Amino acid sequence: MTDRRPRAAGGEVSIGQDVLVARGLTREFSGFVAVDGVDLSVRKESIHALIGPNGAGKTTCFNLLTRFLEPTRGSIVYDGRDITRMAAADVARLGMVRSFQISAVFPNMTALENVRIALQRGRGDSFDFWRSDRVLSRYNDRALALLDEVGLGAFAGTAAWALPYGRKRALEIATTLALEPQMLLLDEPMAGMAQEDIERISQLIRRIARGRTILMVEHNLSVVSSLSDTITVLARGKVLAEGDYDAISRDERVIEAYIGAAHA
Amino acid sequence: MVTGPETAPAGISVPVTATGAARLHLAIFAVALALALAAPFFLYPVFLMKVLCFALFASAFNLLLGYGGLLSFGHAAYFGSASYVAAHAAKVWGLTPELAILLGTGAAAVLGVVFGALAIRRQGIYFAMVTLAFAQMVYFFSLQAPFTGGEDGIQSVPRGRLFGMISLGPDINLYFFVLAIVVGGLLLIYRIIHSPFGQVLKAIRDNEPRAVSLGYRANRYKLAVFVMSATLAGLAGATKALVFQLASLTDVYWTMSGEVVLITLLGGMGTVFGPIVGAAIVVTMQNYFAGFGAWVTVIQGTIFVIGVLLFREGVVGILARWLRRPL
Ligand SMILES: Nc1ncnc2c1ncn2[C@@H]1O[C@H](COP(=O)(O)OP(=O)(O)OP(=O)(O)O)[C@@H](O)[C@H]1O
Ligand SMILES: [Mg+2]
Repeated sequence: MTDRRPRAAGGEVSIGQDVLVARGLTREFSGFVAVDGVDLSVRKESIHALIGPNGAGKTTCFNLLTRFLEPTRGSIVYDGRDITRMAAADVARLGMVRSFQISAVFPNMTALENVRIALQRGRGDSFDFWRSDRVLSRYNDRALALLDEVGLGAFAGTAAWALPYGRKRALEIATTLALEPQMLLLDEPMAGMAQEDIERISQLIRRIARGRTILMVEHNLSVVSSLSDTITVLARGKVLAEGDYDAISRDERVIEAYIGAAHA
Repeated sequence: MVTGPETAPAGISVPVTATGAARLHLAIFAVALALALAAPFFLYPVFLMKVLCFALFASAFNLLLGYGGLLSFGHAAYFGSASYVAAHAAKVWGLTPELAILLGTGAAAVLGVVFGALAIRRQGIYFAMVTLAFAQMVYFFSLQAPFTGGEDGIQSVPRGRLFGMISLGPDINLYFFVLAIVVGGLLLIYRIIHSPFGQVLKAIRDNEPRAVSLGYRANRYKLAVFVMSATLAGLAGATKALVFQLASLTDVYWTMSGEVVLITLLGGMGTVFGPIVGAAIVVTMQNYFAGFGAWVTVIQGTIFVIGVLLFREGVVGILARWLRRPL
């Protein structure tokens, strides 16, 4: 299996077109509607932010889009392909890779091994139990370069559990980047990071966004304003508003939703 | 590069290359093998063979629990059914020992595929319960089936001639045959753990959703390791049937599933040498306390509880922490 495949004729996608389209996306949890008829279109090679008060359904949306959750209703099309019923691992193989709100590293593996696990995907499946893992050392240089890129070069041999929180987030980003995905979904990538790390990761995101599409959930509005081309505001599972930062920040309903949530 | 003066915290930094650890493991293996080659001239070979069989059984179980993160509470099913099939093949069909063992191991593999495919869909405690339920099915089947000999089991299984030539009747001959099987099995497990497959396995154990998000189809890896574990447990069970010339309900009973959990935890789960050390401790204990009759279980249970309370990581786990080296 290779991640990159020739695009099917007719499914041609060029800059400016939508690479991810969700229609009427809905998810109920035993009666409670966490995501309620969300329509979302993410333009190819844009940075698209998904914001909203706590409990708005942002993470649930991510889970639906990446197939970690079954939608109650609605459809998802990625890169011209209906993925509404596809397995999560296969969505990742199409080049749409997510990160997690709660830092997702492999705690008992070193930082280097964490990144290498992603690079190892380049050799397809790894069912070869008879081969020594020394064959993986050919990925070491690339893994180290990626760790350097997120400021973790000195931590290559450190077990991931021993890293401070912000560093874990950085490791997670390096691991995600190792797959060279066409589209990244980042769930609060900078939560819990120190200011200097936020700067560095912002720059990194801007750099990797060239030629890639990014959909991110982020609470830090200065990050959102400086990075994103489009912002979708979610509240109580519904899309409240969509537009660029200026439009959104002047929108009455958005202001109300945020203030309302703060006073709830 | 790193901003600020931070460096990696001391004591938890491990070498980027794993060759240092591999060399240490090789050295330990070599010393242990030398001891094992000399041991039958000083200790009772049947006792040693029992240790060997349980070391392999526990290592197979540890492959699933310690490296796959899957707690099976029904590993007696694979150990025991392989034991029955091997015993039957040797006794009734008159197969040579190596073929009998091969057949028993194959039976465990088939069982592993079927039960594994159904069990890996469940997580955590539900997985443990499903595996236990399947094992109980195998137990009741063994109790009723005509060829297992019911309460009596299959007795006086002939040890036969290896490749139809070398008699395995003498304990010392059988010992070296068993040693070869167990060492082979343990080396295979070591390789599985330290393979590209093993790396993915550890990733799934550590954080399954993350592994899936990287494109790994976790269930396939889990099924693969389940089948490997069941097969190797079967290899141990089939070998054991020849050693004791007996296959019985004890081998498929849930207490056998419990015993392998105990051995693994006591020795140190997720370590290479833990299950081997655990097997040596538990089998020695059973031998030593054999005179106490039913009290063996109580004594064993007490030691287990104390052991787990005092050293949660198991004997080898603690050692590894002291030495700051993966063992
Ligand atoms: N598995 C679940 N079962 C039941 N309810 C759930 C489940 N997952 C999420 N919810 C509920 O759905 C709503 C949306 O949750 P979600 O995590 O998507 O919010 P969010 O926008 O990501 O919030 P935050 O900013 O706090 O991360 C919440 O009320 C939450 O309690
Ligand atoms: Mg969230």
